Amino acid sequence: MKYIIKRILLMLMTLFIIMTISFVLIKMLQPEVPATGAAVETEMARRRALGYDKPILVQYGIYLRNILTKWDWGTSWKIDYLSDATEVLFSRMAPTLIVNIYAFIISVPLGILFGIYAALKKNKWQDYLISTGVMIFVSVPSFVYAFLLQYFFYYKLGWFPSTVSSLYDVGIKMGLGQSEVTAMLASGDTLRLWLSWPMFVSMVLPVMALSFGTIAGLARFTRAELTEVLTSDFMLLARAKGLTRAQATIRHALKNAMVPIFPMIISEFILIMSGSLVIEQIFGIPGVGKLYLQSINLLDYDVFLFVSMFYTFIGLVGSLVIDMSYGIIDPRIRMGER
Amino acid sequence: MNKVVDIDNVPSEILNIPAQKLRLAERGELHDEKFETKPIGYFRDAWIRFRKNRSSVVAAMIILAIILFALIVPLISPYDVSFSVTTYSKKLPRTKLLSKIGIFDGTKVRERNDNAYAYTVGIGVGAADTDGTGATWEEGLAHELSPAKRIIREYEREGKRYRDIAIDVYLEVGFRYYSVTDEEYEKIRAWENETGIQVLYPMVDTHSEFCYDPLDANYWYKTKPGRMEPIKETDFSYREIDIDTEQLEPNYLYDKDGNVRFYQNIGTNMKKIRVLYYNYYRYLYGFEPYHLFGTDASGYDICVRLADGVRLSIMLAVFVSAINFVIGGVYGAIEGYFGGTADLIMERIADILYNMPFMVVVTLFQLHFANKVGPIMSLLFAFVTTGWIGTASRIRMQFYRFKNSEYVYAARTLGASDARLMLRHIFPNSLGTIITSSVMVIPGVIYSETMLSFLGIISLQGDKGTSLGTMISNAQASLTQFPHMMFFPALIISLLMISFNLFGNGLRDAFNPSLRGVED
Repeated sequence: MKYIIKRILLMLMTLFIIMTISFVLIKMLQPEVPATGAAVETEMARRRALGYDKPILVQYGIYLRNILTKWDWGTSWKIDYLSDATEVLFSRMAPTLIVNIYAFIISVPLGILFGIYAALKKNKWQDYLISTGVMIFVSVPSFVYAFLLQYFFYYKLGWFPSTVSSLYDVGIKMGLGQSEVTAMLASGDTLRLWLSWPMFVSMVLPVMALSFGTIAGLARFTRAELTEVLTSDFMLLARAKGLTRAQATIRHALKNAMVPIFPMIISEFILIMSGSLVIEQIFGIPGVGKLYLQSINLLDYDVFLFVSMFYTFIGLVGSLVIDMSYGIIDPRIRMGER
Repeated sequence: MNKVVDIDNVPSEILNIPAQKLRLAERGELHDEKFETKPIGYFRDAWIRFRKNRSSVVAAMIILAIILFALIVPLISPYDVSFSVTTYSKKLPRTKLLSKIGIFDGTKVRERNDNAYAYTVGIGVGAADTDGTGATWEEGLAHELSPAKRIIREYEREGKRYRDIAIDVYLEVGFRYYSVTDEEYEKIRAWENETGIQVLYPMVDTHSEFCYDPLDANYWYKTKPGRMEPIKETDFSYREIDIDTEQLEPNYLYDKDGNVRFYQNIGTNMKKIRVLYYNYYRYLYGFEPYHLFGTDASGYDICVRLADGVRLSIMLAVFVSAINFVIGGVYGAIEGYFGGTADLIMERIADILYNMPFMVVVTLFQLHFANKVGPIMSLLFAFVTTGWIGTASRIRMQFYRFKNSEYVYAARTLGASDARLMLRHIFPNSLGTIITSSVMVIPGVIYSETMLSFLGIISLQGDKGTSLGTMISNAQASLTQFPHMMFFPALIISLLMISFNLFGNGLRDAFNPSLRGVED
């Protein structure tokens, strides 16, 4: 327990230092020119409240105070004019999460199954086939097979749309009236649309593109772990005491191989929240990755900083969870302790 | 059976043996037995193992081939990275050699109805009609600059006739109007006489009612007013021709004597001319447009740009790998060797850098330095900022492992300095690991660079050179119509990544046979 608290404190310290560095570096850039939009008054007031005319360190003080007291991470000046940075990010979470969870549900069982199969058939043609496939899918950049998928399944065969449909189109396809869809969009109550069947169909290609890499990575990892376990002494013992090969594999080998695989899956699950920049860009998914690119292109600093911190946080939590879950699954392992 | 000797009570006759009684057991020099076989060093050993791994050897050869491609193409290609002809943009691969066996011949099969057939084949007929006296369909189809290369099939649909024709997309451009100065006109004339290649073709009477499009120089034949159907003029009227039996009727501009005119004066010192673009291109650049991998949306030669992108990627990757090797090596060695507080503090620093998302680092570097030192240098900085941590932690581990070995103690006892211990005694043990990890940095850098330029976070557009990612990103818009623009960059990057990964695996197995088959 003490160890966990220590790790969390250390994580928060790292996060704080990274945030400080990023904040200073971003504020050292040319500041955003105030817009002359409709809400100039509000915008200028907001800028003054955030201390935009003060030195960087004072601004940072205000920034930290706002975060701690009001959970206010600044304002979007470009992407969603004058809305909170937090709101901008969280409104993009749904598509990212949904696409990635679909991909996750498909790729984890498949990846583990391929890995187990390859390990059991080690050095036979099935193993070579899977290993070759794994090598190709691990190495080839995701945008290459994203385009291959688009080219064949959209252009040549016409089975799936090339990009993810807009919420409005999905609403119409679901047989809702125009006014009904518009009302749903306005109220922000869009989860039903995101989870609908027409939306799923339009998400098939990005889900496939996301899955290939994960399946390959997981298969490779599982195969490596399982082959190691299969050759260990306790497996020999298990066979010697009379278990069949299947019994020994399922009861002893798989259980032990899961020790490193399971944390990997958990961290994978946490990391999907940050979304894939490439896949979201290619398939037009209005998610977190796309928001990040947008914030760079439009130089929407507060949003950029918030998304960056979100990424950092996700990454830190991911590695923390890996270490923690090792300890929980297999109490013999205590990372970092001597 | 050994006799047990009591150390404290050694008999006196053993302690006091006279020197004369002792003699050497063996005369001559004392030496170890020499090995019959040749000694095999660490690297030779690794090389023998590497050679046995067939897939890695093949991968190494592919990498070598791609590097050679990147180095040789700029030398032998007539084009350079800044060469672009927008008229020939998005054109298919076309080579002189391979077109003889029917691939990479720059042709595309298109469906043509009768009017479009007349238009396309008409370009060939027009090209065959060198002096304005008219040419037949047969002459046009047989002409070497005819865009219609083969008629694949003929069929009827809904009462209309269609033909599928293999069309050379370069020759399809056909004729163009240009305005040139008188000097330029004379230069073209002189070039024509010198080479025997005809650039200038008879002018068309663009003001005639029988000219469908006065801006399109390919309508050199008479068409129905406002329509595309080719016609034959009769007394005071016209009728549509049957393109199977009748020939196109030229709509040329004639002078007083009834000869066709090859230019029109527009203003002082300027002439409007009608050129066969393919030959005009030869006049301008001195060679024919043969693009091994085709051209992209801006009319750049894909092959040369690709070679340039590969060169940039690999050079960047090798630089990053070398710098990481040095920084990571020194940092990790200090951490691992001294340990304690120094290790703790340095690990914290490395940890913070390691946890900064790479995307964020790259973006910040781009925003800060791209204007000052260029996008590639700032990308290099970004890679170096975070990239060395992996190497450092590997070296640190190795130093922890070996620094308390007996042989290091022995060396220290003999008076070796810290620097000597680190460099001579501990570092060589981690060489294999470090070489492997340095090689594995290369595909990582290439991958990241391609992805970042694909996303547009680093921008490498324009005539200064490009990156594979930018090429792929640019090809994205016309993926369905012009897949060749995507195919070649995507193929090369995929080959590079697969080969480097296989090569890296082979290296790892060769240097650390105990790790064979373990993936990290």
